Amino acid sequence: MAQPLVKKDDDRDDEAEYSPFLGIEKGAVLQEARIFNDPQLDPRRCSQVITRLLYLLNQGESFTKIEATEVFFAVTKLFQSKDIGLRRMVYLMIKELSPSADEVIIVTSSLMRDMNSKTDMYRANAIRVLCRITDGALLTQIERYLKQAIVDKNPVVASAALVSGIHLLQTNPEIVKRWSNEVQEAVQSRAALVQFHALALLHQIRQNDRLAVSKLVTSLTRGTVRSPLAQCLLIRYASQVIKESSNMQTGDRPFYDYLEGCLRHKAEMVIFEAARAITELSGVTSRELTPAITVLQLFLSSSKPVLRFAAVRTLNKVAMTHPMAVTNCNIDMESLISDQNRSIATLAITTLLKTGNESSIDRLMKQITNFMSDIADEFKIVVVEAIRSLCLKFPLKYRSLMNFLSNILREEGGFEYKKAIVDSIVILIRDIPDAKESGLMHLCEFIEDCEFTYLSTQILHFLGIEGPKTSDPSKYIRYIYNRVILENATVRASAVSTLAKFGAMVDALKPRIFVLLRRCLFDSDDEDFALDDCYLSLHSGVRDRATLYLNTLGGDGTVVETDKDVKDFLFGSLDVPLVNLETSLKNYEPSEEPFDFSSVPREVKSQPIAEKKAPGKKPTGLGAPPPGPTAAIDAYEKLLSSIPEFSSFGKLFKSSAPVELTEAETEYAVNVVKHIFDKHVVFQYNCTNTIPEQMLENVIVIVDTSEAEEFSEVASKPLRSLPYDTPGQTFVAFEKPEGVPAVGKFSNMLRFIVKEVDPSTGEAEDDGVEDEYQLEDLEVVAADYMLKVGVSNFKNAWDSMDPDIERVDEYGLGPRESLAEAVSAVISLLGMQPCEGTESIPSNSRSHTCLLSGVYIGNVKVLVRLSFGIDAQREVAMKLAVTSDDEAVSDAIHEIVASG
Amino acid sequence: DLCPSVKNILLLDSEGKRVAVKYYTDDWPTNSAKLAFEKSVFTKTQKTNARTEAEITMFENNIVIYKFVQDLHFFVTGGEDENELILSTVLQGFFDAVTLLLRNNVDKREALENLDLILLCLDEIVDGGMILETDASVIAGKVATNILDAGAPLSEQTISQALATAREHLTRSLLK
Repeated sequence: MAQPLVKKDDDRDDEAEYSPFLGIEKGAVLQEARIFNDPQLDPRRCSQVITRLLYLLNQGESFTKIEATEVFFAVTKLFQSKDIGLRRMVYLMIKELSPSADEVIIVTSSLMRDMNSKTDMYRANAIRVLCRITDGALLTQIERYLKQAIVDKNPVVASAALVSGIHLLQTNPEIVKRWSNEVQEAVQSRAALVQFHALALLHQIRQNDRLAVSKLVTSLTRGTVRSPLAQCLLIRYASQVIKESSNMQTGDRPFYDYLEGCLRHKAEMVIFEAARAITELSGVTSRELTPAITVLQLFLSSSKPVLRFAAVRTLNKVAMTHPMAVTNCNIDMESLISDQNRSIATLAITTLLKTGNESSIDRLMKQITNFMSDIADEFKIVVVEAIRSLCLKFPLKYRSLMNFLSNILREEGGFEYKKAIVDSIVILIRDIPDAKESGLMHLCEFIEDCEFTYLSTQILHFLGIEGPKTSDPSKYIRYIYNRVILENATVRASAVSTLAKFGAMVDALKPRIFVLLRRCLFDSDDEDFALDDCYLSLHSGVRDRATLYLNTLGGDGTVVETDKDVKDFLFGSLDVPLVNLETSLKNYEPSEEPFDFSSVPREVKSQPIAEKKAPGKKPTGLGAPPPGPTAAIDAYEKLLSSIPEFSSFGKLFKSSAPVELTEAETEYAVNVVKHIFDKHVVFQYNCTNTIPEQMLENVIVIVDTSEAEEFSEVASKPLRSLPYDTPGQTFVAFEKPEGVPAVGKFSNMLRFIVKEVDPSTGEAEDDGVEDEYQLEDLEVVAADYMLKVGVSNFKNAWDSMDPDIERVDEYGLGPRESLAEAVSAVISLLGMQPCEGTESIPSNSRSHTCLLSGVYIGNVKVLVRLSFGIDAQREVAMKLAVTSDDEAVSDAIHEIVASG
Repeated sequence: DLCPSVKNILLLDSEGKRVAVKYYTDDWPTNSAKLAFEKSVFTKTQKTNARTEAEITMFENNIVIYKFVQDLHFFVTGGEDENELILSTVLQGFFDAVTLLLRNNVDKREALENLDLILLCLDEIVDGGMILETDASVIAGKVATNILDAGAPLSEQTISQALATAREHLTRSLLK
């Protein structure tokens, strides 16, 4: 390197590490900035100091408010210098400092002077700086200059004003909109970039006026737009006009000819923009697509990676909706599999997988196999997902695709990648019956050498469900038992559970399973993990599980439970929220009495909406539903059981959310919680006294049940005193027919003795006056007898119910606001838990199916399938299918809907 | 909004450290978010060969176009729906303008010694995300004019003039 002149300090040691900013320090640079105040300015040194300040900011250093202000004031002094290079750095510095409003005033006059300078560079930059830092009030002062600048004959000045206008439109639209005449003139500019900036601004000014936009597009598409960027913009605007006018299906599509013409433009960016626009036209025909596909195909063999990427990405999207249109590109696409750029190669492969036909699959898989070994996991996952879709499309080809998946399963890869493969195999097993046996075998082989405990346990669980249903379940036993011998405790425990499932389902295998389970009794090591492996882990270790299953299955010759119980136990999904179970277990104190599983609250406390995520688009393979947070029901139960009058009511079935019985900001605030028991209902009135000068005593609610004939009052618990701002409770209990979901309306009157309180001492007077206060009515409705209890797999749960108890009927819901509104009304009427995200409805859908589950009073499991349809008059019809453990309950659900 | 826009322009060295960067959106609100983005972009592209033609990748729902020369890595980032070729034009404009301004000695040391030119160059390419100019000779001309000839109108700058002024500036900075 022959640059002797550069070496200012020859004594530096490390040549490679040399940087003019080596050892730079903020404090020192801020000191240096004092030279800005010198009466005799040295422009070159000043420029250097600004560069050093900018370097610090660029490296992420920040200035304190005081430092920034000091630098700013110092920099403003530099306007005295006539040095153009320094001025340019001053502009840059002011923009970086983003000064406050009162600081802006200091530089306004200097910048305004520059805005009217004869030097183009000053004008252009002063406009950009001033518009960046200005506020609305100042803008009106400089508006005149900006309008002039827009039509300035110097393109740099015009562009500066137009781009500033685009930014200002966000904050001061009413001012910028007044410039539209000048902007329109600038659209005709001969300078390419000015035209681009003017078009962008003009469109933004008019974007809410469809007719004006349409006119603008019509006139410009006929004329000559010089700048490629402006042409791209025009293509976007034209596409938007097409989209908005697409309901007029008569004749040719407007502007299609223009778009097609752009495919012959000399600039690649315009060709591509037009091709992409055509592929995105709604309802595009194959005739319209052809010319666009042709140019994209040419790009596929370009020497520029960016061009190949853009083309293959667009074709990949087209392949989702018009696979046939893309097949012509298959040969070019295949050569991209070996593209140096892995993003391009992956896009090419997934496109081929989408457009491939049955006959090409085998050849394609061969090519992909070579490719898979040298791409990153993230790309591999994309490919695996594409192969899964392909297999579902061509189920006859499952053999080669399944083989491919099992081969890559054996190769190196991280957890996410392996999980994607396993998920895909599981989905193929579920959806393609012929693929089941080979798929299960592949999974068995995989767990022989699987480093991921999670995947092993999930596969064992899946094997326990699907394996016993195959033609020869015995061939899986060896694989499962190997896990018992060779694995860590977690996997061993799941393997034991899987063995038990085979034992329960396949009588012929029972004796063998007993032998194996007995061997497990000698297991040396215990698993220790918490609640993540469903309820089986309640029974803790490998040995414990083996003992339990031997008991359950009758292998030790003692208690033999009924076949149904065994299967419920082994296969049933956990029907309590895990969080509730965890809380109950934590509260359980070891004692003579065993932990009672049925004491765990089953209500799913509804989650805050923000936490709910939109239902994922990808099909899920393995995995359990997420647990819901626990209810406050524990606290209620404790409170109620402490009141002797209510202690005989038995187990609390459900507590409602509090219902307000007073308006906001009244003298007394009262809300009520409805506690439902099997034979009783307790109203818990939560009262607050909001008057500092009063003390209430003997507070009770007088309930009139004339519109609730099935209820009769059996007990009440008054509140002895209710001082100011200290909430208290009073209770009223009713008897109702056992197990019957009685409904009714209750009117409530708050009765109490009121005593004056001396505000200075806080003491109440001795004598009080009896008074009453009317509360709002309260209703007990059908939903009060329904617990929100989710199921993990709705379809399985539904299929396991007795079909004779299913009740189906149709209902007209009349005109509704929207489908979503109708669905949520029915959900809240029934008070059930929506499953599998079916409570959210895509906007504009005309029909929807919603799945609900719950437990009805008397501990009856209820599943509901609701199918909704809405017509153009917003009339909603609904088909309601109910199944439950009890036909009376199925009928009762219909009753609720019919009377609701 | 339908207007093409640029989210950031990055100039990093061969270890992924900043030479000069400019962000135009709030996608990376803090300096640490910016550094994290630069680190991942650098790591992801490091092993690719982007020395003859600009390369491209998708990254966290962004398109990143990049080109390397010597120990300098140039990046331009845009949204996932952006026209890749427009972003590529911006990168090419930046890359070529820097090449002109550093008179073909494009490496980290030259870039740091002429950091003022690099920063001015960024300032002339994109303004608040909006593409200002993509023609390298015009960009370099605007940057160099500032330093040399106050009186000459910008539009009359030609590529050779731009080169000459850049060269002139460099020599002066070497001699000082």
